[in-house]
Amino acid sequence: MNSATQFKPGDRVTVKFQDRPGHLRTPWYIRGKSGWIEQVHGEFRNPESLAFGHDGLPKKTLYLVAFNQSDVWGRTAAPKDKLLVDIYEHWLESSAQEREEVSHE
Amino acid sequence: MSDAGNAEHGHDHPKHELSHYAKRIYAIRDLLIEKGVITEKDIQCQIEYQEARSPANGANLVARAWGDAAFKGRLIADPKSACAEMGIDATAINEFVVLENTESVRHMVVCTLCSCYPRPILGRPPDWYKSFNYRQRAVVDPRSVMREFGLNLPDDVEVRVHDSTADIRYLILPLRPKGTENWSEADLAKLVTRDSMIGVMDPLDAIPE
Amino acid sequence: MARGHHDIGGLPGAGPIDQSEHTLSDWEILADAVNQALGARGVKRTDEMRRAREEMDSAAYRDMTYYERWIASIEAILIEKKILTKEEIDRKLSQFESKWGEP
Repeated sequence: MNSATQFKPGDRVTVKFQDRPGHLRTPWYIRGKSGWIEQVHGEFRNPESLAFGHDGLPKKTLYLVAFNQSDVWGRTAAPKDKLLVDIYEHWLESSAQEREEVSHE
Repeated sequence: MSDAGNAEHGHDHPKHELSHYAKRIYAIRDLLIEKGVITEKDIQCQIEYQEARSPANGANLVARAWGDAAFKGRLIADPKSACAEMGIDATAINEFVVLENTESVRHMVVCTLCSCYPRPILGRPPDWYKSFNYRQRAVVDPRSVMREFGLNLPDDVEVRVHDSTADIRYLILPLRPKGTENWSEADLAKLVTRDSMIGVMDPLDAIPE
Repeated sequence: MARGHHDIGGLPGAGPIDQSEHTLSDWEILADAVNQALGARGVKRTDEMRRAREEMDSAAYRDMTYYERWIASIEAILIEKKILTKEEIDRKLSQFESKWGEP
């Protein structure tokens, strides 16, 4: 994991509410929702830039982010069920809960 | 329901009956060839490449993984290499992840934004995978989707839905059916449906009805 | 910004999943192959095609079939990249239509 990778598995994250023109690959339903990093997929060219014929550089880190279904839809799904979405680093920020826990590490 | 990937040329409408865009692809094709952007051979190669890809590839991978624990480990750790071992060309996939189902966990894959699918392994996705109804429902109520495909899961089984939004392509490694000990790979492969590798259903039962 | 017409995960009102499948017509096989060939030649990227679909008229997006959307995107991207023009596609199509017996 290179020093530029912001998150690691287990980190609590929230998906940003970005609402701007362009080719965005973070689904509407997950924006603003909180979950945790399941896996670091690695670095990929940015599709938001590739979509307009640019080179997509610099690469961005892509994460597998997990969410409780009940947290995403605001109602009781089967309690164990999860939703997993591949999300780029620039769409994620640390959750407030994780910020509180940092002092214990 | 045929899982074969071959492009059977079904009954075609006379061309003047085709829709606006259906007609235009013929014009676009000819112009691109005239201008040297692509060649007729490029097109033929792509048609043949696509015809060679089908759920049988996935079924063979799964059947081997069921019978050979070491291969299963390799399939999960490095799916593209495991494919190469079996002569399946998965090189066109940028990043390939195999998700293993167990008694306590089932996975399901959708692309809500378009129709991303592991085409280099399984061939073209089924129409239903690309449909608005699947794309809308899979993330919010996967269990109701599974019920439509005949899979009823108790609440103590965890359902994990993957929305394939980036370059990762997911293949489900379904749970091996009970009563298949000592089965040959060929017989095991027959139980592995395409839809079980997408995750909306389990594989076929070993016991015939 | 409104939610894109393609960004439909979780939207209510979806019905049962139609599990029937259709055999691809020749024009669909051709659309698929042209799309892949253009990608293989580096003429366009899948990301550009997706973006073209997202920029499409929303009613058209819902009404078109899957491969019709691909063809509309291929055309839009080729025109955007100045590889083809709409006029030459129209002209070529007219020639075909005379041959196909279009009234």
